[in-house]
Amino acid sequence: MPENIEKMEDLSKTDQERLAQTGLEVEMKNRSGTFFQIDQEIKHVASTEKGIEVLTLSDALSKYDWLSGYMWKAVPHDKDKYTRYVHEQKDPKGFVIIARKGSKTLYPLQACLFLANSQVQHVHNIIIAEEGAELHIISGCASATHARVGTHIGVTEFYIAKNARITSTMIHNWGEKISVFPRSASIIEENGVFLSNYVCMQPVRKIQMSPVAHLKGENSVARFNSIVVSTPGSLLDLGSVANLTAHGASAELLTRAITTGGTIVSRGFIHGETRETKGHIECKGLILKDGIIHAIPEIRGDVVDTELSHEAAVGKIARDEIEYLMSRGLDEDVATATIIRGFLDVKIAGLPEVLQNQIDAAIDAAEKSGF
Amino acid sequence: MLDIEDLHVKIGDREVLHDINLHIGEGESHVLMGPNGSGKTTLLRTIMGFSGLNITEGRIFFKGEDITRTPIHKRAELGMGMLFQRPPTIAGLKLGKLLAVTSGDDAKKVEEYSRYLNMDSFLERSINLGFSGGEIKRSEVLQLMIQSPDFVMLDEPESGVDLENITLIGSAIAKLLEKDVHIVNRKKSGLVITHTGYILDYLDADFGHVMCDGVFRCHGNPREILKVIKTSGYKECLACQKI
Ligand SMILES: Nc1ncnc2c1ncn2[C@@H]1O[C@H](COP(=O)(O)OP(=O)(O)OP(=O)(O)O)[C@@H](O)[C@H]1O
Ligand SMILES: [Mg+2]
Repeated sequence: MPENIEKMEDLSKTDQERLAQTGLEVEMKNRSGTFFQIDQEIKHVASTEKGIEVLTLSDALSKYDWLSGYMWKAVPHDKDKYTRYVHEQKDPKGFVIIARKGSKTLYPLQACLFLANSQVQHVHNIIIAEEGAELHIISGCASATHARVGTHIGVTEFYIAKNARITSTMIHNWGEKISVFPRSASIIEENGVFLSNYVCMQPVRKIQMSPVAHLKGENSVARFNSIVVSTPGSLLDLGSVANLTAHGASAELLTRAITTGGTIVSRGFIHGETRETKGHIECKGLILKDGIIHAIPEIRGDVVDTELSHEAAVGKIARDEIEYLMSRGLDEDVATATIIRGFLDVKIAGLPEVLQNQIDAAIDAAEKSGF
Repeated sequence: MLDIEDLHVKIGDREVLHDINLHIGEGESHVLMGPNGSGKTTLLRTIMGFSGLNITEGRIFFKGEDITRTPIHKRAELGMGMLFQRPPTIAGLKLGKLLAVTSGDDAKKVEEYSRYLNMDSFLERSINLGFSGGEIKRSEVLQLMIQSPDFVMLDEPESGVDLENITLIGSAIAKLLEKDVHIVNRKKSGLVITHTGYILDYLDADFGHVMCDGVFRCHGNPREILKVIKTSGYKECLACQKI
């Protein structure tokens, strides 16, 4: 890889394509800001929208004294060896996005974390939506085609103030030899909404994460959607946790998982700690070729008037569904692919159309290549 | 159009259809009646080629071709289509998406027929998921109209449909079966299962068959057969040995 890469345009065509598959736009037509980091080097930081600031972590910390109060507030620094590793860094890298009170992004901001030559890439990101702000972020994470064994460790803390809303869409395109350990958590205040979408349709060696939502404000909402495919050799250990600690708080964890030979562990945990809370976990898995889908939905209620439920189903495509479509003239392969595409077709309420299109495109691309 | 010779079908260990013979010519519509569980749906599914139905004896010819072992989609390509009594639900797959595929992305056609069947607001919904009984039938008829098969099998198209929608579904079926085309020029054929006979108002059906316990017990004019069944039940019909 040439040393003089400053922008996404400078990457090779194939690497640009790999990034495009994660929903990132090199030309930034439909984007309101960007953050671009290769290995440990921050290449490009910009925001074009009023009321939205995108800064490197170090700039942000020296510019705003108060920001240090947000460091390690949502994610405990001693949670595990990965958070400790990031916490120990003398010169932590990453981005800070602040959506000022009442601001609204029309187009999403994009954050691109690219692993090229390093063994380890670590980041610490802080994303704040102040009161009434609305912020949409798409983060694409990918590795260079030539990247060998590597590890990505990312701590991301989301703070959603009263009446604010953050949607975070993450599309991964790691390589077969990359291990990924995101550690993220969010604190959601009164009437705040946090929507987190995770898509991984491409091979990865190992990914392990379990983002936590702390629903601390009344009527706060968290929704996690994961759409994942595990190919042979991939281990996806994915979970999400929602702690319902305020009246009226609700959470929904939804997963669509397909294995074509890899392993998927789909965890979900909703903890109803307070009255008038609601939570639901849904995990549907399809085993297309021998592989493992292990769904572990957990719900725990501590008080009366918390309503929690879960449903999980793992199986194959029903024969009668395939034959139904065949009777309409589709051959077996097309019928199967059409059903799979439908299975993965999760329309996410409240997500801007550009981002929904991005998710659809990632799934389409995987479908075309036959997973 | 369709010729069935000495057909025997087993489901598991049990023979459900015994020695079925049926000839349906071009432009003809036939009506299939019979008590619940007698094997009517099984016959239609066997003709369409569904799995789980084991043909132990006999053959099925379609347009002169032996299709006894032909896969389902090839039969569809040859011009067969079927309205399901109980179609499966396919969560996630939008009705509109399927119609786009089966129509060869002919958005105009999809729009026109969806509107005709009052199904335009269902295109973004998962196929049959939460559809009411009548909505399922309209969705089925819509899919068939897009497919436009030469040989149309209808498994109780009117059951669970309110009176207003029977008119709508009936007129769509009349189109599917070219009721307005003179019998001499009519190309489309049909095999229609009905319990009520309401659908007969929308077809030119001259041939009726009664199935009992997996065998044909009676052949004749469908309206006359229906009259007998309505007044004295299937008993009378069985007693009559007019095979
Ligand atoms: N998959 C199956 N497994 C076991 N038995 C079956 C299966 N499908 C059909 N049968 C049996 O075969 C017989 C014929 O069923 P079929 O559905 O063809 O009846 P039908 O004439 O269409 O009845 P209805 O008027 O109630 O729709 C019934 O006894 C039914 O229980
Ligand atoms: Mg039946």
